[in-house]
Amino acid sequence: MTDEREVMEFDVVIVGAGPAGLACAIRLKQLNDELNVCVLEKGAIVGAHSLAGAVIEPQALDQLLPNWRDNPPEMCVPVTRDEVHMMSATGSFKFPITPPQMNNHGNFIVSLGALTAKMAEAAEELGVEVYPGFPAREALFNDAGAVIGVRTGDMGVDRDGKPKDSYTQGMDLHAKLTVFSEGCRGSCTKQLIKKFELDKDADPQTYGIGIKELWQVPEGRSEAGLVMHTMGWPLDSSTYGGSFVYHMDENRIAVGFVIGLDYSDPDLEPFEKFQDFKNHPKIKALLEGGEIISYGARAISDGGWQSLPKTEMPGALLIGDTAGLLNLPKIKGVHQALKSGMLAAEHIHETACSSAGYDAKLRESAVGKELKKVRNFRPAFHWGLWLGVLISALETVTLGLLPWTLKNHADHAQLKKRDPAKPRPTKAERSLAPRDRLAAVYFAATEHDEDQPVHLQVADTDICVSQCAEEYGNPCTRFCPAGVYEIVEEEAGKRLQINAANCVHCKTCDIKDPYQIINWVTPEGGSGPNYQLM
Amino acid sequence: MKILVPIKRVVDYNVRIRVKSDGSGVDLNGVKMSVNPFDEIAMEEALRLREAGVASEVVPLTIGTAKAEDQLRTCLAMGGDRALHVVTDAEIQPLQAARILAELAKREEAGLVLMGKQAIDDDNGQTPQMLAALLGWPQATFASEVKIADGKARVHREVDSGIESLEISLPAVISADLRLNEPRFIKLPDIMKAKRKPLDKLELSEFDIAVPTVEIVKTSPPPTRAAGRMVKEVSELVAVLKDKGLI
Repeated sequence: MTDEREVMEFDVVIVGAGPAGLACAIRLKQLNDELNVCVLEKGAIVGAHSLAGAVIEPQALDQLLPNWRDNPPEMCVPVTRDEVHMMSATGSFKFPITPPQMNNHGNFIVSLGALTAKMAEAAEELGVEVYPGFPAREALFNDAGAVIGVRTGDMGVDRDGKPKDSYTQGMDLHAKLTVFSEGCRGSCTKQLIKKFELDKDADPQTYGIGIKELWQVPEGRSEAGLVMHTMGWPLDSSTYGGSFVYHMDENRIAVGFVIGLDYSDPDLEPFEKFQDFKNHPKIKALLEGGEIISYGARAISDGGWQSLPKTEMPGALLIGDTAGLLNLPKIKGVHQALKSGMLAAEHIHETACSSAGYDAKLRESAVGKELKKVRNFRPAFHWGLWLGVLISALETVTLGLLPWTLKNHADHAQLKKRDPAKPRPTKAERSLAPRDRLAAVYFAATEHDEDQPVHLQVADTDICVSQCAEEYGNPCTRFCPAGVYEIVEEEAGKRLQINAANCVHCKTCDIKDPYQIINWVTPEGGSGPNYQLM
Repeated sequence: MKILVPIKRVVDYNVRIRVKSDGSGVDLNGVKMSVNPFDEIAMEEALRLREAGVASEVVPLTIGTAKAEDQLRTCLAMGGDRALHVVTDAEIQPLQAARILAELAKREEAGLVLMGKQAIDDDNGQTPQMLAALLGWPQATFASEVKIADGKARVHREVDSGIESLEISLPAVISADLRLNEPRFIKLPDIMKAKRKPLDKLELSEFDIAVPTVEIVKTSPPPTRAAGRMVKEVSELVAVLKDKGLI
């Protein structure tokens, strides 16, 4: 293995074929057909790693691809009705009015995977080079410290890091400007934020974990276009989160649960909460007798305005959710991703591939204004559900004009130490599939060659069996929605086992691990989930 | 020598397939499609033969929808020289495929047809044998090793009792088994180059495929297993088994 690598030169390299990256690529080629634009994607195909609710506001898409409605992505349903419910263990209470930011009139329910696949086709027609199966492993810098591109991951490396017969060295892609659109907690972005101290004037980023399933339900259960959200049970009032139930066409229902990763109870299992929710009489009545089609999970950024890092650095930009542009009260980030990608493209075009000035433009744009207006919504829930609802209602009626800005706190620091006297929560009886996380991962169709280096790098596994076991009772074994982390007992004692092949690339472990010793890096290209219509 | 490598666009082996609710087939909407893995192995072997100086040209070809061009481009990115695409939306069955391939093998004056032993979608495993019969060429199926010298191919095939070693004269049809090789990873610049390699499109009407075909009556998923029941002790187990008339 030498360090002399093949190099390819581009005007713009974009990391991640999600809505932000593809919008940026499409807009760039619309503005200047001569530009040489390349999009790298770690999934085996575009859309394989895309997961969202997703209800989208179509305005940005209308602007980017005016004819998209003539040839819509598969499973694209106009919203007909909104409902918001407060849940209790056995019943539910429907809010008489829908909070304005949750009114979805004119919006569409889509599969983000189907949408990004369509966008990739549009990008390729414009001459963008889209390369699925090629993850950007790390950013590259010149002597002055500016970003000059990225290096793709090596292929054909065994578990111990030695080259196999099939070894194929990664390449260096050089660009005048590199755009990172890796989605929430991007692995390159994480390095860049640290290196350039992009977050030094921002609050810590905060996150949520979203777990989703797509179901085929018996005839007559789904009402295409109905959008339902819930708060409350099965979460206690100190844990932020809620569900979504989106009714699609052809008897399909997307059901999911989002939990704020600032939760404090180390015994909490997001997967179990989601399954409990599905088995609530109201939800079970929709799904029972149906069939699960797809399962997946993904972290989302919810820190908003206060946590927004600087989005430019010499040679590179951050767009979409890797910058943390999701609008939490709306529970939507796709339109923000699209708009930020387009804005970045316009900036790149105007400045002939310079990063300087993009951050200011982003903050002053509709994208930034939208975040600023709702900045106090999420931190208000730090004081629990009821005060959170009250304050966010106040923020809503005053349009975010009140003079204060509440603080965000790092999620991993919110976990409380486990009270050893407290019994572990028991699991409720439930009948809907999947029965556990391993059964669920099957529906994510996730695949990693077992003979490759573990892509979840744990700096010190001794902490796991000593300090962490005592202090927190190994929360990694519970917050991971794919059962990657396991503490196994052997004659020699306990040890951490990392089932990396199960990983669905949600990044929750990298975020929530209380000691911050888990580092998520990209596995061999094309590995990971193969989501269908997520 | 020219090697033809017939390939098929199939649902990716990682995808969890679902049968359509009306039983008319498998739901392929939004599903990842790939080169049939056995065909990919055949492609790799053909490239290795070219790299070893045995073959001069490797030509992947497919019979399928316009989208199957993606899979041909994958083969070109692996190293294929040029490609042939018989474009059709029709469901092509093994004998029809074999007739088209036989015609193309003659037209191209191929010295060897190397193909997967079966496609992982319908698992027929018939086309290579039918093709050899139609051409009147020798065949070696389920190859796990291929060596070519002096106009002959020595082929190892895995059989229940061990390894069977065959020698056949060329031109011939060889079908690839799983352990023949491990296909290479594709490099980025090769994907770009593949976009510019020649790819000839042919009409299905050029070929005579008027043969009796098999009608698929119904596709249904395997029956689901009934839920198990935990028993507390052996006596209870015995009672349950007796009750069911199993012992």
